Amino acid sequence: MLARLASPRTGGLLALAVVIALLPLALSNKYFYDVAILVGLNAIVCIGLNLLIGYAGQISLGHAGFFGLGAYGSAVLASRYGWPPLAALLATTGAVAMLAYVVGRPILRLRGHYLAMATLGLGIIIFMIISTEDKFTGGPDGISVVPFSVAGFALQGERVWYWVVGALLLVAVWLGLNLIESPTGRALRALHSSEVGAEVVGINAAEHKLMVFVVSAVFASVAGSLAAHYSGFVTPSKVTFLHSIELVTMVVFGGLASTFGAVVGAVVLTTLPQLLAAFEDYEMMVFGAVMIGTMIFLPRGVVPSLARLLRPRRAGGAAGKDSLA
Amino acid sequence: MSAQFMQYLLTGITVGAIYALVALGFSIIFNASDVINFAQGEFVMIGGMATMSLIAAGLPYGLAIPLAVAAAALVGLALEKFAVEPARGASVVTLIIITIGASIFLRGLATLVWDKNLHAVRPFTGDAPIAIAGATILPQSLWVIGVTLAIVLALSWFFGRTLLGKAMLATSHNRLAAQLVGINVRMVLFMSFGLSAALGAVAGILIAPITTTSYDVGVMLGLKGFAAAILGGLGSGLGAVVGGIVLGVAETMSAGYVSSAYKDAIAFVIMLAVLFFLPSGLFGKRGGDRV
Repeated sequence: MLARLASPRTGGLLALAVVIALLPLALSNKYFYDVAILVGLNAIVCIGLNLLIGYAGQISLGHAGFFGLGAYGSAVLASRYGWPPLAALLATTGAVAMLAYVVGRPILRLRGHYLAMATLGLGIIIFMIISTEDKFTGGPDGISVVPFSVAGFALQGERVWYWVVGALLLVAVWLGLNLIESPTGRALRALHSSEVGAEVVGINAAEHKLMVFVVSAVFASVAGSLAAHYSGFVTPSKVTFLHSIELVTMVVFGGLASTFGAVVGAVVLTTLPQLLAAFEDYEMMVFGAVMIGTMIFLPRGVVPSLARLLRPRRAGGAAGKDSLA
Repeated sequence: MSAQFMQYLLTGITVGAIYALVALGFSIIFNASDVINFAQGEFVMIGGMATMSLIAAGLPYGLAIPLAVAAAALVGLALEKFAVEPARGASVVTLIIITIGASIFLRGLATLVWDKNLHAVRPFTGDAPIAIAGATILPQSLWVIGVTLAIVLALSWFFGRTLLGKAMLATSHNRLAAQLVGINVRMVLFMSFGLSAALGAVAGILIAPITTTSYDVGVMLGLKGFAAAILGGLGSGLGAVVGGIVLGVAETMSAGYVSSAYKDAIAFVIMLAVLFFLPSGLFGKRGGDRV
């Protein structure tokens, strides 16, 4: 039973659940709850993005676009057209999934820099459309969003949202871990090490890459919709190139090919700007320096690097930190 | 040819010349190291802002411009030494994040050294518009086009006739072979960053009197210069120049005739179209992957 506890799916998930359950003891005011919720939402996006970057070996510099589409889709449908929020969320997610499917096909034929640039371009075009079509989207000023309500019960207030986001984060981690352990996950990892090799053994590279792309877009879109309802308003500031970069940095910083790494990355890089708010003038410089430093000194990310450091200490032990990575 | 068309054409060529300079910077670094330098736009910013403050401090243009270009080149060299060299051999994603981190760092530094405001810069030779074929063009635009032309010619002389230039070209074709014939590849990489930074800075200085300058002008210019490099073919000097001009003209024409609200999006739509249908661009190498 102890051995089962050590596997990521049970042990890690349990540890995360414990952290989420106990964290409110440390959150003493609204502001901390707000940061925690932001961390949770970012973590959900990062888990999906990590599937794309860390496991399938692709890259996307435009995921803030999907996040933004989720946020604006929910916002516009629920607030402008009066749809029930749940229906708006489902419809938006479906639409984003379809967009990712249609656009993903040609984009994923590219590799390396070209793929990075194509996703970059996509993200920026989404941002510009959202900023310019102000009849629908309120333009640069954004629009306000009605609270999320299901069957008459409205989700309002930090504490309620904290539990909702915490629960969804656990679901996302569980989904991510399950995907990785499944045959699809193995196919993705094979793809990552050698696309041609994987195709030779019968894995349809294009289909798998497309599926991961769509899944990661869906994660981002759902997180975006929730963020819109939580904040009560949406602006294009969350759809920028900078936000896409922050997301990729969270994934790479936390550790590629590590679902918990994605969560750790989200935690650190969401709270870092809050801590740096005191040094407002130096914030950008420190953030940039952190990005550079991590990539030079911890190129595999925090969680895998730490895991490697701890591994020699556990001589012969089957249970160890590395199984959490 | 209507006067309006001529106006758009001239504006497009002016803007396109700037994109061409930025794209050249991208191509030079990419050729030397396979790195996409996202901080390229920040060199443009440094050129413009440094010139602005040197002029404000009382120096004449003749001194301010070389000093600003030198400052940007130094920043480029520092970037290579401290951010790119320690990460040699890292993956595409890692290098992209490093250069993006560098661009964020440089922008943060710029807000400290200068500030977040827009700054106007005096044009080189006055701002009385000149009439050409029914359209008007600013003297500064003539400077932009003229200097860009001069630089392109100087660069082709440099790469074709000087030892260092030929060494850089050789490195871009095959790094190992270049090392085997005794070319100091690390020095080539080092110099290519300095050269690209200088090019970016010149672009920034040329355009600052027309569009004002601030700490974040580099972002859009860098991205669009990048789109121009992709259009022309990453790694091709001729492609960078042609791509830049074509992009500039296309952008101005669509802003004029189709929709000015989406002016900034045109570059990215073109970039996506190129990536979908002709990824190696107009003049790039049509390569295959080695398995």
